[in-house]
Amino acid sequence: MKGSGVRGQGSVGVREEGRAAAPTPLTALENRHLLGIAELSAEEIRLILDTADAMKEIGERPIKKVPTLRGKTVVNLFFEASTRTRTSFEIAEKRLSADTLNIAASASSVVKGETLADTVRNLEAMAPDVIVMRHTSSGACHLLARICRARVVNAGDGTHEHPTQALLDAFTIRQHKGRIEGLKVAIVGDLLHSRVLRSNLLLLNKLGAHVVACAPPTLQPVGLARMGAKPTSSIDEAVHEADVVMMLRIQLERMHGHFFPSLREYYRLFALTPARVRRAKPDVIIMHPGPMNRGVEIDSDVADGPYSVILAQVANGVAVRMAVLYLLAGGSEGAG
Amino acid sequence: MLGSTIDKNTAMKLLLKNGRVVDPVNDRDGTYDVLIEDGIVTRIDRDAAVDAGVTIFEMPEGAVICPGLIDMHVHLREPGQEHKETVATGVASAVAGGFTAVACMPNTSPINDNASVTELILDRSAQANLARVYPIGAVSVGQKGEQLAELAELRDAGCVAFSDDGRPVATALLMRRALEYAGMLGLLVVDHCEDPTLKGDGVAHEGYYASLLGLRGIPGEAEELMVERDVTLAGMTKAAVHIAHMSTRGSLRAVRDGKARGVRVTCEVTPHHVTLTDEALVDYDTNVKMNPPLRDAADRDALIEGLRDGTIDAIATDHAPHHADEKAVEFDHAPFGIVGLETCVPLMLDRLVHGGVISMRRFVELLSVNPARLLKITGGSLAAGQSADITVLLPDLEVVVDRAKLQSKSKNMPFDGWRLRGGVGATFVGGRLVYCNTGVPALAAWTRNH
Ligand SMILES: [Zn+2]
Repeated sequence: MKGSGVRGQGSVGVREEGRAAAPTPLTALENRHLLGIAELSAEEIRLILDTADAMKEIGERPIKKVPTLRGKTVVNLFFEASTRTRTSFEIAEKRLSADTLNIAASASSVVKGETLADTVRNLEAMAPDVIVMRHTSSGACHLLARICRARVVNAGDGTHEHPTQALLDAFTIRQHKGRIEGLKVAIVGDLLHSRVLRSNLLLLNKLGAHVVACAPPTLQPVGLARMGAKPTSSIDEAVHEADVVMMLRIQLERMHGHFFPSLREYYRLFALTPARVRRAKPDVIIMHPGPMNRGVEIDSDVADGPYSVILAQVANGVAVRMAVLYLLAGGSEGAG
Repeated sequence: MLGSTIDKNTAMKLLLKNGRVVDPVNDRDGTYDVLIEDGIVTRIDRDAAVDAGVTIFEMPEGAVICPGLIDMHVHLREPGQEHKETVATGVASAVAGGFTAVACMPNTSPINDNASVTELILDRSAQANLARVYPIGAVSVGQKGEQLAELAELRDAGCVAFSDDGRPVATALLMRRALEYAGMLGLLVVDHCEDPTLKGDGVAHEGYYASLLGLRGIPGEAEELMVERDVTLAGMTKAAVHIAHMSTRGSLRAVRDGKARGVRVTCEVTPHHVTLTDEALVDYDTNVKMNPPLRDAADRDALIEGLRDGTIDAIATDHAPHHADEKAVEFDHAPFGIVGLETCVPLMLDRLVHGGVISMRRFVELLSVNPARLLKITGGSLAAGQSADITVLLPDLEVVVDRAKLQSKSKNMPFDGWRLRGGVGATFVGGRLVYCNTGVPALAAWTRNH
């Protein structure tokens, strides 16, 4: 599998034996931005995952750096605090030798009169090649892509998409299960406000998994079935015979008391406990995009237990983001 | 063309010759000549003899002469938000869209909740001297939903109806009092129906597309709850209520049921709710962000059925200008609303008349006869003795919507580049040619007449 879809990239150090696998016709992404999984085909998703396989190998070397993006400027524009995602992108960028710049912008800047367009016009003066943006508003990356010359990578926009999270989740599933097609994936938690859910639903459906999505009815988006998940309010039903259980964070700041009576009751009905894990397949893997609320949506015994691949997800995040940056900004020029 | 052609020495006698007159009130639909003297329709005849000194407007093939169109729901933004629109640019937009009159909502700054604001609007309208402007006064002081505004004073100053549009009449109690009191004055209460708690901070119709796009939803039921309340209160008070920009099938059902049991409830729909659905959200174009939001296909189809079966009384644009900078932001932060005065006729002729939903007669009822009747204003009829407020429609004109050519100060609308069949030929207000579509060769001579 390793490196099978990636050609002409000696500089990133893909091992040649990988080339013996069946050639994948695709070597580049159709769009110049990564705004969401919605815009990717199944083939493009596989290309990113295959490329990430090669990138992962770089991270296992003593010197974890290749010159692929040397001379390129990547701006990490974060309107919402996220140490985890920002750090992961930053490491990915540095391993590819890009010049990186972190900007923590205030989502309330609109209130102060500076619009996203103003911020971006200022940034463009620095001629960035890629802007990685995290924003509180759904669709903000679409707006950015319309008004800037740089390539845009969506690092999470409101409650819309978080494509690199879904890609690293898929990478992690493939790493442990060898495939995605035909797996039963249970996604449990705050579905309504989750961009991780939306990106994962799109991706898992494109790659042929069966998804069951579980939340109290108050946290299920309208049209969930049409979005590609079997809805349920029973976690026991959701995790039954599951190959993968993906827990979503309860975003306490969004709850306002309307969605469920108390954390205590939420835990009682919806938390992933060791007893519930036993209903899943014996080789189930447990995932969480982080940061976790231990004792709310997931028990510590589960989070730290033998089925958990949560730390693997974090490690894989770097490889997947390297792959995305390479495919968007590296290309033949980057590899040459 | 606009304004500049309105010559003080306008010919005193005009003859609109050989047009298809569609005048439902007088049950007239056929080829006629319409004679206008001193701004008044004096004769509607076939092959009228032409006296000397009569200026002749020969109608192009297929032209429809109808009582001037009336938009009973627009936002002119003056006073207070003149960067979006002024009364002058708003009425220029109106006549270019074939409207001889508009009723403007009170959510200006300051709010039109007292005679001085009403007078200012009417004063600006008199200066602009294009379409007639009928202010709608606020139901409550400051549209705060607490205390009734001085409705009789507003009426005496020139308001033709009352509304807290932009928001609903806040409480059932205030709505009851407003209906009773406005009923005494014989004027309509127009309500923007939404339950604010159920709407919450939603930005798009709660449905599949909003879910997919991660946009906070506004359920159709938020509107329906308030429509049900208003129908109930109109029944209780025996007063007349009018539901503004109705957007869901549940609201339509409530209105239909109310009408069936004799409640004095009427309603309007906008061209955009009849034309678009929430599927248009997929690009996060803020020009499809409006309130009520674009609903799903089943709602859109139900509204079309309501137009066909007569449940819906009027088409109104909810013309809501916003500056380009205000719309060039994240979907969450963009203001609600689109401009609609200049796209209404092409959209509705194309979709409804050519789409086989309604007849030309019904089109004129929805856009002229019924708005005049509901607001109790002049117009809606072409009988001799009426003021010559007339719209000339060209139902087969090929129109390409061009944002850059809009007369409105704001260009916020999603129809740029749309090809539609049907447009406006000319607009006469009080017998004056206030708009002529100079893009139509057959009409070019008209401007020379003046
Ligand atoms: Zn309204």
